[in-house]
Amino acid sequence: MTEELRRLGRLLLAPSVALLFVWMIVPLAMTIYFSTLHYDLLNPGAGGFVGLENYEYFLTDPAFLASLRNTLVLVGSVLAITIIVGTLVALLLDQAVVGRSIVRLMVIAPFFVMPTVSALVWKNLLMHPVSGLFAFIATSLGLVPIDWFTDLPLLAIILIVSWQWLPFAALILLTALQSLDEEQKEAAEMDGAPALSRFFYITLPHLARPITVVILIETIFLLTVFAEIFVTTGGGPGLATTNIAFLIYSQALIQFDVGTASAGGLVAVVIANIVAFFLVRIVGRNLDA
Amino acid sequence: MGSITLEGVRKSFGPHAVIHGADLAIEDGSFVVFVGPSGCGKTTLLRLIAGLEDVSGGRVLIDGANVVGVPPAKRGLSMVFQSYALYPHMSVRGNIGFGLKMAGLERAEINRKVEAAAATLNLTPYLDRKPRELSGGQRQRVAIGRAIVREPKAFLFDEPLSNLDAALRVQMRLEVTKLQRQLATTAVYVTHDQVEAMTMADRIVVLNAGKIEQYGSPLELYERPANLFVAGFIGSPRMNFIAGEGAQRYGAATIGVRPEHLRASRDGEGWEGRVSVAEHLGSDTFLHVEVTGIGTLTARSVGELGLTMGDSVRLLPDPARIYRFAGDGKAMRQ
Amino acid sequence: MARQVSPTRTWATTVAAWIVGLLIFFPILWMVLASFKTELEAFSVPPSFLFFHWTTENYAAVQGRSDYVHHAVNSVIIAGGSTLIALLIAIPAAWSMAFAPTRRTRDILLWMLSTKMMPPVGVLVPIYLLYRNFGLLDSRAGLVLVLCLGNLPIVIWMLFTYFKEIPKDILEAARMDGATVGRELIYVLTPMAVPGIASTLLLNVILAWNEAFWTLNLSTSEAAPLTVFIASYSSPEGLFWARLSAASTLAIAPILVLGWFSQRQLVRGLTFGAVK
Repeated sequence: MTEELRRLGRLLLAPSVALLFVWMIVPLAMTIYFSTLHYDLLNPGAGGFVGLENYEYFLTDPAFLASLRNTLVLVGSVLAITIIVGTLVALLLDQAVVGRSIVRLMVIAPFFVMPTVSALVWKNLLMHPVSGLFAFIATSLGLVPIDWFTDLPLLAIILIVSWQWLPFAALILLTALQSLDEEQKEAAEMDGAPALSRFFYITLPHLARPITVVILIETIFLLTVFAEIFVTTGGGPGLATTNIAFLIYSQALIQFDVGTASAGGLVAVVIANIVAFFLVRIVGRNLDA
Repeated sequence: MGSITLEGVRKSFGPHAVIHGADLAIEDGSFVVFVGPSGCGKTTLLRLIAGLEDVSGGRVLIDGANVVGVPPAKRGLSMVFQSYALYPHMSVRGNIGFGLKMAGLERAEINRKVEAAAATLNLTPYLDRKPRELSGGQRQRVAIGRAIVREPKAFLFDEPLSNLDAALRVQMRLEVTKLQRQLATTAVYVTHDQVEAMTMADRIVVLNAGKIEQYGSPLELYERPANLFVAGFIGSPRMNFIAGEGAQRYGAATIGVRPEHLRASRDGEGWEGRVSVAEHLGSDTFLHVEVTGIGTLTARSVGELGLTMGDSVRLLPDPARIYRFAGDGKAMRQ
Repeated sequence: MARQVSPTRTWATTVAAWIVGLLIFFPILWMVLASFKTELEAFSVPPSFLFFHWTTENYAAVQGRSDYVHHAVNSVIIAGGSTLIALLIAIPAAWSMAFAPTRRTRDILLWMLSTKMMPPVGVLVPIYLLYRNFGLLDSRAGLVLVLCLGNLPIVIWMLFTYFKEIPKDILEAARMDGATVGRELIYVLTPMAVPGIASTLLLNVILAWNEAFWTLNLSTSEAAPLTVFIASYSSPEGLFWARLSAASTLAIAPILVLGWFSQRQLVRGLTFGAVK
């Protein structure tokens, strides 16, 4: 390490740091600025400084509370489904399976499908109350087909998003499982532990850390689910499938209420930062290791 | 020309001083070995000469010119790394010729020089192979080839033989020494193995905790060590040290006798003791003896003595070979 | 290492795994099947599984539409362009952090990752307005810019991890051989890092291709990539399920193939090293 190298290092790092800094700060600063204004996109001239009024409006708006509830339900459900099912899938794939690589390909595939494609395939080909596959299965069993997007819209979205993120959880957990020392499990077996105990006392604790990571990363990305809602329900019926991201979008680009949308945007950033804080801590600890 | 001079060279990593004021004059064409225990700073000193680390103070002169601040690429030196550091994506030819390519030589010229270097090192049949297809010894030679082909002012070796197995190491020791004599280029060689140092060097630099303890020819270091540390470091098995009363009788704080200068006999003159371990090598015998009132001494005898554990024995030191050391560790005049 | 598993057990786990795999993969399979049906058959009740009139008329119709090709080209330009530009910016940055680290390097790296964790919707308003004022709405350049900046942290992070695996003394050897840092990057580092660079490129092209927030909000027709194009099928009049399936299959096929190759990179890139 010489001074020359160090100087060069700083020089070569500068563009990235500068770019990301601008990318972070400028829009964020503007968002803060706008959130203190009454700004109508259609009528940019009118309106002016209103201080924290927008925040008050946004946070007391029943739409906000509904969207917050929806966001939490959405994120929580998807986390639960992807992690539980993901763990089971990972456990299964960790076994001896003929043609394992093909099965892996099938399990991984949903993550790589465009969100807009996923959403439309589920909505039209599977969940359509008349000509969808689920409807067919229901009627064959003598049940009334569910009109997903009318009666259970949030659940429909949850299913779609879970399907997309299941491969991520499964892949991460499978990777973690495969790093579990075989000898630990064998030692437990020799100590007389039955399979279920081995799972709870050895496998599960080993998975604790990767599960935490999956939770944190998925949360960060799930907070801003957008495309699936945009393409299927447009937030409805009513506010049933509006999450915070969609609420802000609709205020900005449908109602053209820039001020309120900015206030909402900042709220979303704050929530995300809380989660990010914990994730960065774990990543940082790993970097030192 | 390839003389290297260090004047008051210091190096600290943050608050830790690793080299404390090194002064050294390496003559052109000589083979100088830096030797010392782990962490003594020998590799750091080498890297300071190479330019891979900046000095914290002092001057480094190559042929009289101060190269502090000059990047390694411009110092005209070559280095052979402990791990060889070959370019894995290039062939042997590419590896050896890379420095010449950086210097902007013509392709034909590069080929000529590369082939000459390869011939010297018996690498010609491997010129088009990649490093991963070569054995450890072959990779070692490619690393050396890469260094010699640029005809540098000096070679720098960073423990180049420590990754080889014992037999190969002995063979390569001879080859490197021969090569350096043949090329008559200055060589600075770092090792922790004092046998390598003694057999290869014109002069040895013994380092300890960032300080140069002594700089001299192998024989000088063996016969006239400057202090306790050098006396104990050079020579295998280690010199025996006796402190306390045994030393005061000679007017010193510590005295030292080398195992090869202790004559062992069943009954005769000398210190009396009991053999605790006897190592029979056939050609030599090493006796580890508990001497009453003094401690454990190691004695070396040529041939077989027929002594085993438990036997009593007498050790007579050669009076001309007793070294005396003062309280501060420095050698006292004989 | 592993004991011999009994054939019954293998058989059981294989069947179970295949059932699970097929269930998960099923929607995609169903979509591909639908793409080969006629429109009528696509939403007939009861739906036919394998025994229907196979036709490629949908693919012909989709490819015949010049706007499909137009949007596909947009996807390629936007995904490829944003990733390549990000690579160019990221390689020197990753080199710096891997080989010339300072006391602040770790914090800078973590900060960069945290910018990726910012919800895009939080800055939707200013970006939209800025783009509107600078005429960047519905422009490929605009999308390339946003996606490049959005993925830059991941590109830098992944390259950093790959560069760390390169032994430092090979680069030092290059320096002793007379190479300047630029030539060290070109002749030694990049060739050695090619697999890592390729993996990074792969994963990020996939992420950019599938990006469906900025693309949906910042483009409408001219610069719209396939994500937007497919979304336009969501309006109720467009009851062209078979054609939708064909268009979707074409849109996702290349990415599915690339995704298969980038599984390990996925773990490395998206868990930020928190899982080994």
